[in-house]
Amino acid sequence: MAVQIEVNGVACAVAADGDTPLLYCLRDDLKLKGTRFGCGAGHCGACTVMVDGRAVQSCDTPLWSVSGRSITTVEGLADDRIGRAVRDAFIELQAAQCGFCIDGILMAVTALLRADARPGRPAILKALERNLCRCGTHVRILRAIDVAIERLAGGVQ
Amino acid sequence: MSAALPTSLEANPRLDQWLKVNADETITVFSGKVELGQGIVTAIAQIAADELGVAPEQLHIAAGNTDIAPDEGYTAGSQSIEVGGAAMRIACAHARSLFAEAAARWLEVDVSDLMLARGMFSRKGAPAQSVGYWQLAGAVRLDVPVARVAEGGPRAASLTGRSLARRDIVPKLSGAAFVHDIELPGMLHARVVRGPDHGAHIESWNREAILALPGVTDVVRSGNFVCVLALREAAAVKAAQAARKLVRWIPAPRRPAAGEIGSVLKALPAESATVHASGQARPGAVAIRAAYSKPYIAHASIGTCAAAAVLAKGHLTIWSHTQGAHFLRAQTALALGLPAESVTVIHRDGAGCYGHNGADDVAFEAALAATRSGRPVLLTWSREEELAWSPFGSAGAVEIDAAVDGEGRVSKWHIGIWSHTHVKRPGWGEGINLQAAWEMDPPVPEPLPKDMPLPAGGGHRNGIALYDFAHQQVDYHFIAQSPVRVSALRSLGAFANVFAIESCMDELAAASGQDAVAFRLRHLADGRARAVIEAAARRADWRADAPGGEGRGRGIGFAQYKNRSAYCAVVAEVEVAEKVRVLRVFAAVDAGHIVNPDGLANQIEGGVVQAISWTLKEAVAWDEHGVRTRSWEDYPILGFDEVPEIEVALLDQPGAPGLGAGECAAGPVAAAVANAVQHAIGVRVRDLPMTPERIAHLIEAAD
Ligand code: FES
Ligand code: FES
Repeated sequence: MAVQIEVNGVACAVAADGDTPLLYCLRDDLKLKGTRFGCGAGHCGACTVMVDGRAVQSCDTPLWSVSGRSITTVEGLADDRIGRAVRDAFIELQAAQCGFCIDGILMAVTALLRADARPGRPAILKALERNLCRCGTHVRILRAIDVAIERLAGGVQ
Repeated sequence: MSAALPTSLEANPRLDQWLKVNADETITVFSGKVELGQGIVTAIAQIAADELGVAPEQLHIAAGNTDIAPDEGYTAGSQSIEVGGAAMRIACAHARSLFAEAAARWLEVDVSDLMLARGMFSRKGAPAQSVGYWQLAGAVRLDVPVARVAEGGPRAASLTGRSLARRDIVPKLSGAAFVHDIELPGMLHARVVRGPDHGAHIESWNREAILALPGVTDVVRSGNFVCVLALREAAAVKAAQAARKLVRWIPAPRRPAAGEIGSVLKALPAESATVHASGQARPGAVAIRAAYSKPYIAHASIGTCAAAAVLAKGHLTIWSHTQGAHFLRAQTALALGLPAESVTVIHRDGAGCYGHNGADDVAFEAALAATRSGRPVLLTWSREEELAWSPFGSAGAVEIDAAVDGEGRVSKWHIGIWSHTHVKRPGWGEGINLQAAWEMDPPVPEPLPKDMPLPAGGGHRNGIALYDFAHQQVDYHFIAQSPVRVSALRSLGAFANVFAIESCMDELAAASGQDAVAFRLRHLADGRARAVIEAAARRADWRADAPGGEGRGRGIGFAQYKNRSAYCAVVAEVEVAEKVRVLRVFAAVDAGHIVNPDGLANQIEGGVVQAISWTLKEAVAWDEHGVRTRSWEDYPILGFDEVPEIEVALLDQPGAPGLGAGECAAGPVAAAVANAVQHAIGVRVRDLPMTPERIAHLIEAAD
């Protein structure tokens, strides 16, 4: 009784218990390791992915609840116009220290920019409400987000 | 040769321990300093490429593999550029001079007529005729002692001072990149079954019931250490939780009760000594006696500790985010009764490392699980283990008794510091410092704590004020016993001590009617110290007469980390309503000659944010049964909506030695915020963290 999901544009059948957190299906079954475990309790955002374009914390999302849905992980970000711009801006601005929090933040930001191409600072902070960074990379992350927004608005791919 | 060689070179004296020329037109350098999220691997590669005269993409760096990399001790204490970078620079300069001589023979020219670019030597003005490191490799022996060579010979265009992109960032934003992501053939996921607290003993357990939990393939027990193994990670996570109820524990001895840090620490037995004394105290026109404190603080990395291990043909290999691969190897071998040659430790990146976290512990646990089960394992800690089972940064209490004379100068400065060890790493001092080694059967004894002596210092790090005081006495009260497990956390005792010293400086300035910046400057002859204070004040548009008291204020803090590393001055602007918000931070840093300015700025920004988080929010809570802060809900850290704007000014000192800077901002930030809060609302916060409850309490007490 495998669960059918689409991950980064590819249809997958995951043969795991329906209660298994999506996080472990991605990491264990599909070997997509960019989605990271941080707390398992929905507090830190390290495990954020997009489900049908919306940011979701995969550690407390059971597999059954995403049956038939389309999931994007950091490995699939480059295929998304917005995701690519966001990731490129982070690399350009070196917006990472240890980098452990960043993949989840890329997903949260990409989901935000899909819904709102020109979010103001408050909307950005709201979107990152559940993403923690211990290295203190926040200032650079916010700068990189501003750069990505500018680029996307300017039509630069 | 002239100056002594850096310790890294004394321990690893052969040139071939530092680099190797490859047939594919690249050079590999070996470094004992490892990536902890601080960008060090990029900085060291930049130094090596620079000295060798190769392009960054022609250089590989292999770091922290006990089979091939030099033993450079720990990657800690902001020593990586000062010692590891200096060693790499000398080794690569030596190699370049040997290859230049060989190139000169090959091209039949004088060394002084050579030029060098992208690893190719050629005659000046005739670049077409050239020879590279690669063709010369057979002609140059690298099994020679590393020596300092005189400046001279060909050099390529310098990379130093350029902000090269970090080597590790793209992989980390692409998928598998961390130790957590390792997949070994036949690997099982392991999770530890924790007792209620450190030091609890197993009374009985139901092995069969644990083995019967869904997905569990094996269970390993040694003494009071138990872990479950499963093919699927999700199963291991669930089983470890469920198994907690299938083990009966005898609780650990009770811990000293919680309370205000100052009273908790002073109630414990201490070993007291005067560690510094200079000048004669004179009574002053103004006197201050004040007590400050800082709680136990958690590393609280976003990723939890993890390690992989496999035992194959009697050889144990461990993949770990340790700060000291060679120490981990030696301690693991000792604890498991293996010869050191039978153990290899390979560094793999982990989540941010800010000191002695659980990396070594989890590596040993993985080794134990792999050797006992005979299966390759990946052992990952839970959030609870990360927050409650890693060592914490030690608490500190500081008392200062000081006076200012009629001229407005400090005439008496007597400081007392109460703290624990700030270093209990594996390999530091006697015995074995690995948690599971104390729990396994037979257990090894937990070594007695011992602090790092001055001048670097542990609990008393930065306890000696850098100021030119007419009198200064520093007493250190070392407390062996601690209510929670402690070791090194970024900046060690400097955080508490600088917070206290720099808060007291403001209190003295105010009491004697002087401006906080001017007061500091009149006690500082060191030009570099003055320069960072002046730079921060200028950037922040500091005005002595700036009005405060309306809920907004600004404050300054300063220190030279360890009194010999980077200089840092910080001005913070705050707003205080029911909670303290830091609005803007200006930091000025002199870290000597800068290798990678952007990497350095990134480190300073991160240090500032982390220190604000410690200052405003963080404290490990415990009761007599153990640590109570076990999730992000109990142990909140600074969020995106609480982060200030940060401006960093780097004062480059071309030609001067590079100074460690990763930890320099911590103490100055705490003091700058405390001083700004005083300016904003007229209330002096002397105990951290500055939670809304504490602020409310202080305001009430002041009314
Ligand atoms: S791991 Fe999912 S929110 Fe922390
Ligand atoms: S970069 Fe390390 S946690 Fe964010």
